[in-house]
Amino acid sequence: MLGKDLLGLEYMSRETIEKILDTAGPMREIMHRSIKKVPALRGRTVVTLFYEASTRTRVSFELAAKYLSCDTIGIASAASSVAKGESLKDTARTLAAMQPDIIVLRHPLAGAAALLAREVGAHVVNAGDGAHEHPTQALLDLFTVREKKGRIEGLKVAIVGDIAHSRVARSGIWGFSRLGARVFLAGPATLMPEAVEKTGAVVASLEEALQDADVVMMLRLQTERQKSGLLPSLNEYAVLFGLNRDRLGLARPDALVMHPGPMNRGVEITPEVADGPRSVIVEQVENGVAVRMAVLYLIAGGGSRHETLD
Amino acid sequence: MKLLIKGGQVVDTVGLRLIRQDVLIEDGLVAALGNLDGEDAEVLAAEGLLVAPGLIDLHTHLREPGYEAKETIFTGARAAVRGGFTCVQAMPNTRPVTDSGAVAAFVRRRAMEAGWAEVLPAGAITVGQEGRELAPLGELKEAGVLAVSDDGHGVVSAGLMLNAMRYARMCGLMVISHCEDATLSAGGAMNEGYTATRLGLKGMPALAEEVMVARDILLAGETLCRLHIAHISTAGSVRAVREAKARGVPVTAEATPHHFTLTEEACEGYDTDTKVNPPLRGARDVAAVLAGLADGTVDAVATDHAPHTRAEKEVEFDLAPFGICGLETAVPLVFTELVHKGVVSAARAVALLSREPARILGLPAGVITLGAPADLTLIDPGLERTVDPASFESKGRNTPFSGRRLTGWPVAVVKGGRVLMRDGKLTAGAN
Repeated sequence: MLGKDLLGLEYMSRETIEKILDTAGPMREIMHRSIKKVPALRGRTVVTLFYEASTRTRVSFELAAKYLSCDTIGIASAASSVAKGESLKDTARTLAAMQPDIIVLRHPLAGAAALLAREVGAHVVNAGDGAHEHPTQALLDLFTVREKKGRIEGLKVAIVGDIAHSRVARSGIWGFSRLGARVFLAGPATLMPEAVEKTGAVVASLEEALQDADVVMMLRLQTERQKSGLLPSLNEYAVLFGLNRDRLGLARPDALVMHPGPMNRGVEITPEVADGPRSVIVEQVENGVAVRMAVLYLIAGGGSRHETLD
Repeated sequence: MKLLIKGGQVVDTVGLRLIRQDVLIEDGLVAALGNLDGEDAEVLAAEGLLVAPGLIDLHTHLREPGYEAKETIFTGARAAVRGGFTCVQAMPNTRPVTDSGAVAAFVRRRAMEAGWAEVLPAGAITVGQEGRELAPLGELKEAGVLAVSDDGHGVVSAGLMLNAMRYARMCGLMVISHCEDATLSAGGAMNEGYTATRLGLKGMPALAEEVMVARDILLAGETLCRLHIAHISTAGSVRAVREAKARGVPVTAEATPHHFTLTEEACEGYDTDTKVNPPLRGARDVAAVLAGLADGTVDAVATDHAPHTRAEKEVEFDLAPFGICGLETAVPLVFTELVHKGVVSAARAVALLSREPARILGLPAGVITLGAPADLTLIDPGLERTVDPASFESKGRNTPFSGRRLTGWPVAVVKGGRVLMRDGKLTAGAN
């Protein structure tokens, strides 16, 4: 069902997405046992190869792997080494020679996971490649929403912020759309990618996006955007696009507030809303581990390394 | 020594006709045309073939001096002949840059030593192609340069470009403009559009090209300097050139085979062999370039042959250098995409690759006439072959056309009366 690799959600079927979400439920139960370990992937090796600083995603994948009894090795490479030193292709060949079963890759450049996947026989799980995709983030968001709302179909999902540079937004657009949600995008015109409406998402004003929304997903604003001339100031961004209590009032009373983290409190979201009753930001983190367990299990579970579960 | 090319269709690149004629070559010159018997001549059978003037490529990167791992003048000149070209212009973005008579002379000497295709060095507009000070255009002209270009970059300063055009006109040089406003395209890896959005790659908007095409047309109109737009790739640029020509501005334009064949969708899958500057554009742009070729707005086809090493291209898309190896696929792409699809006639296609580039450069070439040097390219318009980069004479293998079936290949090349290619293979040697 899942192919050799998980590179993104753009081409993933609804059935496959649902299978992952269905598998994540039982996985989360394992996390709540006193002995948090099942032998599902005993003897398998997972390498987390991170070319970008990331705490939560790396820890999330490594815990997910450990709960499934995988052996894990973490390789953190400074972002500066991307442009010099060993090429990703050579790193891939070196790693492949050591016969890992799964490589989890985080990389600052789009397409890096696809490049790695072409070079190695191991399963490759994309943990974020540039502004391209971050599929496990979208899967954990889907899992969280489906659990809270009981469904995805028919929901209105607002994704707000720096859409242009966001892999979370892209994977979110594909995932939520595929499961039948209506996705609205809002953000500064300078941070809205060209022709993004062709995905089926609606580009709207912040108010239109928030109006009667079931889910409000705020994106992290990278502070470099101001220096590159895309924004006048963080303060103006907070005023025009920050999620505060008043704006959240436009959404449905039971709307969920989400954020992939790490948050810039006071910029894209006020602390009051981030910590408020509708926020599921902490649950997203927990669900992230469960969803990644499901992904690792489905991609490598069952038979030999080149087989898939279904 | 006599050579008789017998049984072919001679391409009249002025009248745009095909004429059943034999060509007799004596002492390196075209000695006779017509129904000929060459009892004492070596015969090159040309039944079913087009006999074209030696093809001319306005735009190549031969990488020498400085980047010999990518290409040398020797390998590039051989690749040119294998692609059907007897003459190529080499862009100045070498190391050192061709911004002095000495470097231009070096390129010419290396080409002479290599034999194979003739290589015309293009000079730089600015010192080191850095866009700050004018290169010694007079010295470059003295060294035999016909055109100057900062190809690889646009000249960002309008003031400097104005001076460059004034000075170039005084020297009798043409200015070739790589139109790209870097403030609009910086950091981009492919065309701005839906595909870039999906792939998460930073886009290079059509506007980055179009604002500079528009600016340079205004400057050419003011200075009356001969302006040539390199690798035109967008609908807006084609429209601007069409309007400028109607107003009498001295502007010409070239298009590359990859820009009239492929769209941005080829970048799907992050194949770095599709990474090129200007980037592969949208379907509307490709249609506009084709229309420009059909109505004469686009004057010539040029390859922008840009070889790179395998290692340089086998990296993340953002890190890969721009460029496509074009010399050895240009003719079959022109025939497959332009002739066989009815965009232009076979005679016009040949003119786009010979007489038109000769006219742009002011060369007395690109026509087959009595007494002219016998530079000829024989093309089999019906020959079907698969592009195999492993067979390239170029050191570069970076082509997005690998494995593509194309129809209409060059099969023989005669230069100065000597057969440099026969049956699609280079002969023993040019010298």
